Amino acid sequence: MTEHEHIRLPEGSIEKTTTTLNLGPTHPATHGVFQNILELDGERIVSAEQTVGYIHRAFEKLAERRPLYQITPLTDRLNYCSSPINNMGWHITCEKLLGIKTPKRVDYLRVIIMELARISDHLICNSIVGVDTGAYTGFLYVMQYRELIYEIYEEICGSRLTTNIGRIGGFERNFTDVAFQRLDKFLAEYPKVLKEFINLFERNRIFIERTQRTGGISAERALNYSFTGPNLRAAGVDYDVRVHTPYSSYEDFQFNVPVGTTGDNYDRWQVRNEEMWESLSIIEQAYKKVQEFKGAEAEVFHADVPEYYLPEKEDVYTKMEALIWHFKIIMGEIDIPVGEVYSSVEGANGEVGFYLISDGGRTPYRLHFRRPGFIYYQAFEEMTKGSMMSDAIITMSSLNLIAGEIDA
Amino acid sequence: MLTNEVIKQRLIEKFGEQVTAFSEPYGMLTFEAPKELNLKVLNFLFDDDELKFRFLTDLQAVHYPDNKGRELAVVYHLHNLVDNVRIRFKVFTDIQTPDVYTATGLFSAANWMERETYDFYGVNFVGHPNLKRILNVDEMDYFPLRKEYPLEDQTRIDKDDEMFGRG
Repeated sequence: MTEHEHIRLPEGSIEKTTTTLNLGPTHPATHGVFQNILELDGERIVSAEQTVGYIHRAFEKLAERRPLYQITPLTDRLNYCSSPINNMGWHITCEKLLGIKTPKRVDYLRVIIMELARISDHLICNSIVGVDTGAYTGFLYVMQYRELIYEIYEEICGSRLTTNIGRIGGFERNFTDVAFQRLDKFLAEYPKVLKEFINLFERNRIFIERTQRTGGISAERALNYSFTGPNLRAAGVDYDVRVHTPYSSYEDFQFNVPVGTTGDNYDRWQVRNEEMWESLSIIEQAYKKVQEFKGAEAEVFHADVPEYYLPEKEDVYTKMEALIWHFKIIMGEIDIPVGEVYSSVEGANGEVGFYLISDGGRTPYRLHFRRPGFIYYQAFEEMTKGSMMSDAIITMSSLNLIAGEIDA
Repeated sequence: MLTNEVIKQRLIEKFGEQVTAFSEPYGMLTFEAPKELNLKVLNFLFDDDELKFRFLTDLQAVHYPDNKGRELAVVYHLHNLVDNVRIRFKVFTDIQTPDVYTATGLFSAANWMERETYDFYGVNFVGHPNLKRILNVDEMDYFPLRKEYPLEDQTRIDKDDEMFGRG
């Protein structure tokens, strides 16, 4: 008598030659709340079905009852690895609707913050790709330098992860000397860290073999899937919102748009590294331009729009005008002009768009967030079909999927 | 040079009086077409050698409850990446039979965008390969972003908040 005779398999189950694997929603390898129902033939993926929405918080509905400033904290929680880009994207959208022109110094300061945010986002993504291929060191090493970026945010707006940074028309306060000192420190230390981080992986045999020719997508398919950002550029299309539709004076800067060729995990990783070098160069250029402002101009940190710019606390306590505006803005008693506007910024993940319709009330009539992560996660099945399951894990992290952004 | 005026003329040449309501809010050409024509218009914009609107930036719906017979608007944001021009194209549908043809045949990206639009507004995309809820739970039997579901009034006083120390 063999031991198998005691096992009674359910009717028909012997016919099934593939395995169904439920990866997620809380799996240590998925870095976020994602569920993938994989159909596996041995270790090869036959089909994948993604379930999203586990942390859906109805931001678009909430936004319909909130005045403009109360929407900024919602945008923090989309892609929380680079909140300042979302915050500023939202403020730029409001400024477009309200017809506010920001001073050059504000634009340059915004560029510094947005590029720092891009570096911190890419740093997380690339070091996590390292973790998923088995190299934890890079991740732990670069975290210290993300900390330096967070300390700069902290000095400017008081918070670190969900920053709620800036105001409509500018910043809540001028950059202090400490903020600039921290920026100096970051600019001095970071290049050699990034160099070392890249050296750690770039010619590592294991890393190359795990990432090259896995999770690839052609340029044509990537465009059809509405890819944007580094994921599209890795496939060889040089579309960048900063170049195509410049906002916040990006036209004043010289930078390259790195592109890949195959759109595989290795190319995405390389494109992100190159973008960090470009971001560093943009920050240096912007910093130089900021230092060129002299006298009264060097003190400008917001546009002169009292109806929409939340005044400084000191003024609220001492000046009648400021007190009135403060009250009206906080209580949401300011009507927004009628209009329909789409505005987008180059987020760390791709084009972050805001489609805002106002019917003249105090809150948006409709607000839609274009979340790049939501749009390209649907290509995951096509990108991983036929590949090994362990490659799918790397593909997932190198796409830089952020649950907060996907689920809105 | 592909200007808004050129695009408008090309559309009028092709579809005559069926494309309407041309406007340019904040510089973006916006227009409407009957919902039966949405695929014809999208196809024309996609295939035409001059227009080349081959990138679907975004797709969503808007609910106008007072607009009798045209309560739901489906809005497509399209981008011509070669000439770097964006346009906005709308189709309106009544809320009783919110049937609109799917754009998934043209854009793979439309799959989840249409599922999201269905999930929140109940637009029935005819021909969609997998039209089911995406962000909300499957058991939900209403479309939450429609205007008949207002958010709770923040100043209501009939609520018993004793458990939260606000009694």
